[in-house]
Amino acid sequence: MDAALLPCGEQAVLVELSGTDAAMAAAAEIGRLRETGADPWRRLVDVVPGARTVLVTFDHPLAGSAVPQAIRDALAAMRVEVAVGPAGTLVVPCRYDGPDLGVVAELTGLSVAGVVDAHTSAVWRVAFGGFAPGFAYLVGGPSLLHVPRREVPRASVPAGAVGLAGDYTGIYPRSSPGGWRLIGSTDLVLWDAERRPPALLTPGTDVRFEAVP
Amino acid sequence: MTLRVQASGPLTLVEDAGRPGWAHVGVTRSGAADRSAYALGNRLVGNRPGAASLEVMLGGLALVADRETTVAVTGAFSRPLLAGREVAYAAPVPLRPGDRLVLQRPDVGLRTYLAVRGGIDVPAVLGSRSTDTLSGLGPAPVRDGDRLPVGSPLGLAAPAVDVAPVARPSAGPLVLAVTLGPRHDWVDLEGLLARPWVVSARSDRVGIRLDGPPVGRPRRAELASEGVVRGGVQIPAGGEPVVFLADHPVTGGYPVALVLTEAACDGISQAVPGQEVTLRLA
Repeated sequence: MDAALLPCGEQAVLVELSGTDAAMAAAAEIGRLRETGADPWRRLVDVVPGARTVLVTFDHPLAGSAVPQAIRDALAAMRVEVAVGPAGTLVVPCRYDGPDLGVVAELTGLSVAGVVDAHTSAVWRVAFGGFAPGFAYLVGGPSLLHVPRREVPRASVPAGAVGLAGDYTGIYPRSSPGGWRLIGSTDLVLWDAERRPPALLTPGTDVRFEAVP
Repeated sequence: MTLRVQASGPLTLVEDAGRPGWAHVGVTRSGAADRSAYALGNRLVGNRPGAASLEVMLGGLALVADRETTVAVTGAFSRPLLAGREVAYAAPVPLRPGDRLVLQRPDVGLRTYLAVRGGIDVPAVLGSRSTDTLSGLGPAPVRDGDRLPVGSPLGLAAPAVDVAPVARPSAGPLVLAVTLGPRHDWVDLEGLLARPWVVSARSDRVGIRLDGPPVGRPRRAELASEGVVRGGVQIPAGGEPVVFLADHPVTGGYPVALVLTEAACDGISQAVPGQEVTLRLA
């Protein structure tokens, strides 16, 4: 796959890819290489996928090291269309009772039942995290569910709130301010620092939402 | 043993080498803001790398040990007082039971590190005892009256050096070495590099804001969310640069034009509001 290595400080590179699918595949591949424990991946610290990038951080300066060429070689050998399998599948029980459900129906031209149907029919996949521990940006939903963020974010969104923003869906792992359109809520605990793994939604995880009363 | 905190000052935190390896699930590395000053403290008291210390912002800390131990004060120059007498900076200092150790408001620098032999032994979260001020992970900030547990010094090497010959943080204008960031071509790079900036009072462990005329953003496209690093110089829509520190968010949606070197990250973490900084390509 095409990949551009952008400079990102002494110990990291930002790999820019053609899109979200490519970024997910590249992050999975670099993660797999780390698992092998071979050089130069042994001293890899973090692999952070973004919407169309992967940030790769090491614990040593990269100037003059084998890392940049190793990343180029690893990604050149990959093809995006040979998608990696899911890192696991999670079913999220969701009450479709969000305060923005009616507005989302208006914005999409669907009925409320149609919004629920579209959200539960899709197989979503975690593309990347950020914002807060355990928060994940899920992609793969139908384009008719794409809605803009709220113009004025809420000062407080409860933990477990399920929202839509752009082409993403996401679940607030804990109470925080937030601008996503809230369509439902779940009792799943998305983040628990004392649990292994602490985050239920890691990049590559497939997610289905199931409507519950 | 424990350290009894009589006064905690404006902000005292437990910090160690942080929690690397969790950024993909939204957890930033955190840890000591000035990594070299923190690491030096552990070396001076014979700790293993990664032992937890106190990061004391603007002094104001007073504490008493209940057993004999060794401490070291590094980072911002806060003229440590032991039982009322000034003691050495960046050197192992024996602390006897009942002796009161006071860190004064530093003349120079912002964050002082107090290393104690055995390390601060509060419970670890995801392998680290650091307080992450962005997510709230790790121990709560240190408060007046806290009793901080200290780990066993068994098996630790004896402190080897008398005084470490280190440069203290500088009070004058700072020149910070930077390298090009991933989105250097999205902003008016010449403008960013040409003039001195002033450290804003609206700065914390998440990031340091730099006051000055807004940096131009010739490329106005929306940037999709992407991973960011400590030391990244982000240019938000308003053009006011932010330098990411230890508790930076793991991803950002504004272009990162430059990245400070590791040493420059330590340097700017000691800058006080009003201090002048210049970014210079390494």
